[in-house]
Amino acid sequence: MDLALTADQETLRGVFADFFASEAGPDRARAAEPSGVDGPAWERLLETGAPGMGLPESLGGGGASLADLAVVAEELGATIAPLPLIEHAVSARLLASIGACPDPVVGGTEIATLALHPAQDGTSRLVPAGAVARHVVALDGDRLVLASGDAPGTALGNHGCLPLAHRPLDGAAVLLEGPEAHAAHARALDEWRTLTATALVGIARTALDLGVGYAKERQQFGQPIGAFQAVQHLLADLPGLVDGARLLAAKAAWAGSTDPSGADGIVDLDDNDITDFATLAGMSLVVAGEAAATATDRSLHVHGGYGFAEEYDIQLFYRRARAWSLVLDDPARECRRIADLLLGAA
Amino acid sequence: MDFSLSPRTAEFRTEVMAFLDSHLTDEIIDTMHRTGTFNDKPFNAALADAGLLAGAVPGYGDRDPIELYVLFNELEKAGAPYDGLAVSMLAAGVINAVGTDFLREQVLERLLTGRFNCCLGYSEPDHGSDVAAITTRAVRDGDEWVINGQKMWTTMAHEADWVILLTRTEPDVPKHKGLTMFLVPMDTPGIEVQPVPTMASERTNATFYDEVRIGDEWRLGDVNGGWSVMGVALAFERGVMGGTNPAVPLLRHVRGWAADAPSPDGGRMIDDPLLRERIARTAIANQVSQLLTLRAAWIAATGGLPGLEGSMAKLYATDRYQQAVGWFQQMAGADGLLGFGTDGAAADGWIDYDARHSPVTSIYGGTTEINRNNVAERHLGLPRTR
Repeated sequence: MDLALTADQETLRGVFADFFASEAGPDRARAAEPSGVDGPAWERLLETGAPGMGLPESLGGGGASLADLAVVAEELGATIAPLPLIEHAVSARLLASIGACPDPVVGGTEIATLALHPAQDGTSRLVPAGAVARHVVALDGDRLVLASGDAPGTALGNHGCLPLAHRPLDGAAVLLEGPEAHAAHARALDEWRTLTATALVGIARTALDLGVGYAKERQQFGQPIGAFQAVQHLLADLPGLVDGARLLAAKAAWAGSTDPSGADGIVDLDDNDITDFATLAGMSLVVAGEAAATATDRSLHVHGGYGFAEEYDIQLFYRRARAWSLVLDDPARECRRIADLLLGAA
Repeated sequence: MDFSLSPRTAEFRTEVMAFLDSHLTDEIIDTMHRTGTFNDKPFNAALADAGLLAGAVPGYGDRDPIELYVLFNELEKAGAPYDGLAVSMLAAGVINAVGTDFLREQVLERLLTGRFNCCLGYSEPDHGSDVAAITTRAVRDGDEWVINGQKMWTTMAHEADWVILLTRTEPDVPKHKGLTMFLVPMDTPGIEVQPVPTMASERTNATFYDEVRIGDEWRLGDVNGGWSVMGVALAFERGVMGGTNPAVPLLRHVRGWAADAPSPDGGRMIDDPLLRERIARTAIANQVSQLLTLRAAWIAATGGLPGLEGSMAKLYATDRYQQAVGWFQQMAGADGLLGFGTDGAAADGWIDYDARHSPVTSIYGGTTEINRNNVAERHLGLPRTR
C-alpha cells in the first residue's frame, strides 16, 4: 500500500505541469476554439517525447506505464490543454501491442486516435481527435481496422470544442478479426476511460481552485462571499469528491499497469473487493465525470453571472467537463455495462 | 502507487476474515438488532483471545493504522457488532497517547482483553455540535474532583466500565480553554443511566452525574487541556474506525433480495435495468468510500494526522449511503417497508433497517455541516464563520 507517486512520477508531474503551464491553460484553450487543437503546442509536445511515452522502448518509445501516463493526463486536464494526447497514446499502444504502430506515430508527427464506438455503415462517427488524426483505429463489425489518410482538419462544432469528426473507413487495413479484435479494442477503450477519467480529475481540481479563489476575492455585503456558510458548503463537498475520483482512477491505472492481461483481477461485489482493470476503468470514468460536472457546476455558480460570461475561465472547464466524458456515452448506460461486469449479464 | 495490501497486512486481513467466518453467527447479529446494543462482549473477548485486538488500538504497539482500518472495515462489511468495540479501542488509543501509567494499567490493559468497555460522554442535551460549550462541572476538592451534570447520546453507557467524560473545570475563560477530560468508572456512586430508544432500535442513553466523586488519578490529560484530548480522539475516530462503508452490507443484502424477487414487470428484479444501474452506482461509491478511508489510514501510517481526510471520507460515504438506501427502499416497493422477522420483508428486513439507520450517520461523530466547516476552513482556507 503506497498512495504516493514514485519519485520518477513526481518528476514527470513537475515537468508536465510546467509544460502545460506555458503551452496550455484557459487562454490557449480559448484561442484553439472551435477546432480544439493547438498545433504549435503539439509541435512543442513532440520535443518532450510525450506522444510515444507509453510505447515500448524497443520501438523508440518511453516505456511508460498506464500509471505514468495518468500523471500526465491529470496535468493536461487541469489546464484543459487542447492536445489529443490521450487518444494518441491509447491508440498507439494498441497498434504497438500488435506490431502495427507506424514510426511517425511513435514520434507523434502523425496523430493517431481511437474510434470509441463501433462503426456504422463503414463510418466511425464522432471520433475524438478525428479532426486532426491521420490514423484512426476502429472497430467495424468483428474487425479491428486502421484507416489512414488525410485528416479533415475541421471539427464538428460541439459543446466542449473537441476536435470531433466523422471518419469513413474506406480502404482501411484489417488488423485483427473476431474475439481478438473486440478484446484489443476493449482494452484500448479501458485505457482511454482511465486516462480521460484522470484528465477529468484535473478539470475538477482546477474548477475547485477557481471557485475557491473567486469566493475569497469577490466582496458582497461587505465581506468575501467565501465567508458565507451557504457558499462554503457548496465548495466543501468537492475536495472529497475530487480526491475520491483521483484515487479510483489511480487504482484503475495501477490495475492496468500491474495486471495487463486482467487475469488476476478480482470482482467481489459482496466484499467490496475490486481489482479488475476493466471494472475499475469503467467505474473511474463515471466517478470522474461526476466529479468534474459537479465541481464545474458549483464553481460556475459561485462565480454568479460572471461564471456564465465567456470572458471568465470557468465556462471553458464547465463545457469540457461534460464533453470529455459524454463523448463516450451516458453515464447511466456505462453503469449498466459495469453492472454486467459486477453481476453477469442480465 | 500501490493499491495492494502488504503481505503482513494481507495476512492480518485473512486472519480477521477467518475469525469472522468461525465466530460471527447469525445469532450474534440477530441479538444486536433485537437488543439495540451493538456490542457483544463474548465476541469481543474472542477477538482479543485470537490476538486481533491489539491491532485495533490506534497508535498502540507495532500495529499500523492500515491494519486498524482493515479490522474495522471487515467488521463493518460483515455486519458484526462493532460500535462498542470501536469506542473502546478509540478510548484505548487516547489513553495510549495521553494517559498516565495508572490509566494504562487500570483501563488500557483491560480494554485490550475485550472484556471491558468504555463509552464517550461529550454531548449534552443543550450542546451537540458546539461541544466546547458543555456545562457538566468538575470541581476540585483536595485530591478529588466532584462532578455534576448530564450527558446525552452516551451510547454503550449501559455496557461500559468507564466513560470518557468532558467536563468544565474553568467557567471564566474562553470555552475551549476551560475543559478537562476524565475517565470515570461507571460504578462510581451518583451515576445514573437512562435508555434513549431510537427509530432504528439502536439503543443509546442519557447519563446523569450527581455529586460524582473521583480521584485526580482518573484525569485524562491536563487540567483545562480537555480540548486537545478531544482533538486526539477525533483524529482517531474520523474515517479509520468503521462507519464509512455501511453500503457494502446494504448492497449485499439488496443483491441477494433482487436475485429472487419477482419484478412487477416480469422476470426478476436483478434484471431490472434501473436497479442494475443503481447497484453499479452504489458499488462505485463503495469503492470510492473505501479508498478515501484507506487514504486516511495511509496518511496516519506514514506519520500524518488525517483529520480532514477523515472528514472528507465521512462526508462522501454518508451522503452516498443515504442516497443508495433511498433508491433501494423505493425500488423494493411495499415489501421494503417490512422489518426484521416479518414474512415477505424485502432483503429479510435489511432495507427497512438501513432506511431507519442511515439518517443518523450524517449526524453522529461530527455532523455533515461540522465536517463541511472543517474542510472549508482548514482545507480550502475560507474565512472562519463562527
